[in-house]
Amino acid sequence: MKGLSVEGLTVRLPPGADRAFAVEEVSLSVAPGEILCVVGESGSGKSVTASAVMGLLAPGLSVTGGRMSLSGEDLRVKTPEEWRSLRGRRIAMVFQEPMTALNPLMTVGRQIGETWRTHLGLDAREASRRALDALREVNLPDPEGALRAFPHELSGGQRQRVMIAMALALNPEVLVCDEPTTALDVTTQAQVIALIKELQRRHGTAVLFITHDFGVVAEIADRVAVMQHGRVVEQGTASEVLTAPRHAYTQALLAAVPGRSAPPPRELSSDIVLEVSGLTKTYASRRLFRRRKPVRALDNVSLALRRGSTLAVVGESGSGKSTLARCVVRLLGTDGGEVRVAGAPLPKGRRAAAGLVQMVFQDPYASLNPRRTAGAQVAQGPIATGTPRREAMAEARRLFGLVGLDPESVLRFPHEFSGGQRQRIGIARALAMQPSVLVADEPVSALDVSVQAQVLALLRELQGQLGLSILFITHDLRVAAQLCDEVVVMRNGVVEEQGPIREVFEAPRHPYTRSLIEAIPGRRLMGVR
Amino acid sequence: MRVFRLAFGRLLASLPTLVLILVGMFLLLQLAPGDTVDALLAQMGGGDAQLAEDLRRFYGLDLGIAARLGQYLGRLVTLDLGFSAIYGKPVATVIVERLPATLLLMVSALSFAFFAGLLLGVVAARRVNRWPDTLISTLGLIFYATPSFWFGLMAIVVFSVYLQWLPAGGFSEVGMGYTGLTAVLDTARHLVLPTLTLGLIFLAIYLRIMRASMLEVLSLDFVRTARAKGLTETRVVARHVLRNAMLPMVTLIGLQAGTMLGGSVVVESVFALPGLGRLAYESVVQRDLNTLLGIVFVSAILVIVINFLVDLLYARLDPRIEA
Amino acid sequence: MRALRAYLRSPAAILGSLVVLAVLGMALLAPVLYPNDPLGLAGRPLQWPGANPRFPLGTDPSGRDIAAQLFHGARISLLIGLVATGIATAVGIAIGALAGFYGGWADTVLMRATEAFQTLPNFLLLLVLVAVFGSTLTTVTVAVGVVSWPPVARLTRAEFLTLRTRDFVQAGRLQGLSDAHLILREVLPNALPPVIVYASVVMAVAILLESALAFLQLSDPNVPSWGNLIGLGRNVLRTEWYVSAIPGAAILLTILGVSLVGQGLNDALNPRLASGR
Repeated sequence: MKGLSVEGLTVRLPPGADRAFAVEEVSLSVAPGEILCVVGESGSGKSVTASAVMGLLAPGLSVTGGRMSLSGEDLRVKTPEEWRSLRGRRIAMVFQEPMTALNPLMTVGRQIGETWRTHLGLDAREASRRALDALREVNLPDPEGALRAFPHELSGGQRQRVMIAMALALNPEVLVCDEPTTALDVTTQAQVIALIKELQRRHGTAVLFITHDFGVVAEIADRVAVMQHGRVVEQGTASEVLTAPRHAYTQALLAAVPGRSAPPPRELSSDIVLEVSGLTKTYASRRLFRRRKPVRALDNVSLALRRGSTLAVVGESGSGKSTLARCVVRLLGTDGGEVRVAGAPLPKGRRAAAGLVQMVFQDPYASLNPRRTAGAQVAQGPIATGTPRREAMAEARRLFGLVGLDPESVLRFPHEFSGGQRQRIGIARALAMQPSVLVADEPVSALDVSVQAQVLALLRELQGQLGLSILFITHDLRVAAQLCDEVVVMRNGVVEEQGPIREVFEAPRHPYTRSLIEAIPGRRLMGVR
Repeated sequence: MRVFRLAFGRLLASLPTLVLILVGMFLLLQLAPGDTVDALLAQMGGGDAQLAEDLRRFYGLDLGIAARLGQYLGRLVTLDLGFSAIYGKPVATVIVERLPATLLLMVSALSFAFFAGLLLGVVAARRVNRWPDTLISTLGLIFYATPSFWFGLMAIVVFSVYLQWLPAGGFSEVGMGYTGLTAVLDTARHLVLPTLTLGLIFLAIYLRIMRASMLEVLSLDFVRTARAKGLTETRVVARHVLRNAMLPMVTLIGLQAGTMLGGSVVVESVFALPGLGRLAYESVVQRDLNTLLGIVFVSAILVIVINFLVDLLYARLDPRIEA
Repeated sequence: MRALRAYLRSPAAILGSLVVLAVLGMALLAPVLYPNDPLGLAGRPLQWPGANPRFPLGTDPSGRDIAAQLFHGARISLLIGLVATGIATAVGIAIGALAGFYGGWADTVLMRATEAFQTLPNFLLLLVLVAVFGSTLTTVTVAVGVVSWPPVARLTRAEFLTLRTRDFVQAGRLQGLSDAHLILREVLPNALPPVIVYASVVMAVAILLESALAFLQLSDPNVPSWGNLIGLGRNVLRTEWYVSAIPGAAILLTILGVSLVGQGLNDALNPRLASGR
């Protein structure tokens, strides 16, 4: 048969890993003109599968069983030299990280041109001419300029287009896409997905598309394979799997997709606990002889958070949402405007402010000190403000219980916890200071969907118990819809629209908000139930 | 153009550093027991207090420290480094006579260390944890641990005394009157052992950095991209890995320019080369503080110039450096 | 504990530790085995090693026992190496930590000073310091320490620069912790491993610097030093080359041992880089 077929593929992990096989008995196939989505959480083996069919397994991993064939040719008997001549010509790949997947020291044109130079032996001029055509085909603005540009001069979305142009240079039979849109903003993601679909139709390519996001699956897949712990647990057409999942794991994953179960609107307090007015922040990098153009990260931003409610700040990268979070807790200084907490300006002193605002950070691995016990990190704040050590440790245990961790695990070190558990420790650390306002900066965006759902549920539960007021920073409208009462939409440091979340979602007034909502992958999916 | 703007910016930024060094050194040398006049008198076999006072007035040593510092810096602007009482000539003249040998030694040692380090580092990284890597890495460790002056002496014993292949010291054969190509070859023969001696430790450092850097770059995403394009492994290394992996090594050359210049003091002393390093040693022994200060000034400028060249090279290699 | 086990698994670390321990043993046993002044006249000058059973490593041009000088020299090399390394790392960490943590104005000033020290060839500075303050054991040790701190400061600063913006440090700020607490308890423990590894390089360089100084006869002439002996042997190099060869081999082995310990520490403290050994 044409296209790619994998039967009973088994990949062994090096000895000493947490399990014996990365991938076990995986069978998949993609026909020409078809898109197969492989969905799974981290550690499911989906990326290893992609590397295996490219013959690019990381050192230490080895294929120990099964068959892989490309249009009927057995891939497992290929010599390294034969593999090499297949790659780029008959089977090509697009990677996740557009920032690191291109050589920073080589122009885009030459990197694309290399494919033809290697496989067809074209000279530099001809390769460059074809590269220009390829850049035009992926709709890059100013293709001539892009040809001579270095990767760092392009945006993430543009680089991903370059990667696609490069992968499709020789019109391969099979295209493997490993989370190609995960690192992109939602509107860029929608464009890149549309581009892949369009090119795939035009060239009749078989596409193996790896993703963790059911929203993306709903946008692009013809067929779906769901992976868990190295095995395919369910496979079927997109509509079957999305609307009538049979396997419990698939059902759980789909239920965890954020935004599917938005809570009903509730009565909000009229008491404003956090008031930000006219906040302005400019980044100017001064150098010896010249100033770069100053970047206005926040431009006269005003918002109000009601006591006991959650306010979402939504925006794409560069919108200033993270800067806003850091200005509110005063990790960054501002150039103008005011932050008032509970009716008074936020005090300048570190200790005095600690009891008013606290923050939960994005990266569960960077937000805890690897060399101190989890409990000590929760207790150190109260100790610094005068609580006796014994009392503070007892309080830390209580908080561990509150956020759903074993109170005795206060003595363990961060590396002994999973990502979701670390995020719970981060929440406990913030709660230990009994803040009036909790600022959560993308607290779930580094987590798998199922863990994401648990952490969001925890935040909501804690809010009910403790009457927390949360400023919730996120790039993901679906997450905002799941948790928040009100929303602020930001772009380029400016607030474009704000209001109750349901109103903004159902009747966006600003065209930018509308484009954001339209770009949400799998909107169909969100509306299914 | 971007390249030059960048490097000139760095060059200007190093001017305050230079001033800081000069002022610091000048003040430091004031603490030295005994001055040039004492040394001079000792050399002449003693003299009375009146003579000492006259000499001090002659060399301007009777003024206050601040005044002399001001004078010294003022004269520096015109490249006047003062007068060496020991050599009986202006310090600038003494230094200029000695500079070529040191420059030649440094350029050859640096080139040797750079290219050999690059090559060995690449070979080791491509055969990582197999015998060529083990051999190269072990050699690197041993080279790193070898004191250069001792290596120089042992090389003289083996290559000059026993095998008699190479000269034991000096810059050229005295009294042979070689000209043209013969003279060049003669000097080259004299430079082989000093180059190896000075370059050895830097070879060890560069090969270790290059190996580590190659391994690091080989694990980066864009290398996987290059492989996914179907490039041969040789082409992947030559076109994608090498240039990226060289960046840390280039940085290191600039950082270690001073160390290498310091190393030439010992090497020139071992091989009796008439260079700046040997001059520094002689000035310390003879307490010729004026000359010592002049050497400090010239060395600092030399290091700054090397760093300027390194910046130029780096900016050419890496387009990401901000203009 | 984990780090210690990883350290003991590395053959390089074990070999290095053995060599360093051997040198340490030489240093400790020197007064026991050779209670007489190692710089005193012991016998006929320039006896080859093995020629006279009283002098297994022979005698030098002044008729002094080379073995005795070797053992006593180990004391000096280790002493200077350790003390100078202590000085250099203490100064380097302090300057690097302040510059990296506070940034801005403090960083500019401290780094300009560091740059000045690095622009000046360190051996040249060492010569100047010895010329000014004399060459006693104390001044030489301090001088070696003073010329060796800049790389430590740069390394510490670089670590602090990345760590101070790390979320857990930011969280500490929000918890109301003082700067001293943040520097000493949050950032420093995380910045230390690469600095500890680098200390082995500092120690190797310190031993090399002292021996080079002694080779030029600019170190303390009243203590037995390996470098000094090499310098003495230079005059008889063409015939009695062993006078220089033996102490040089001792320096080489010591530095090799120190480097191997450093490599073992690196593998143990930065597990990411320990590849398949």
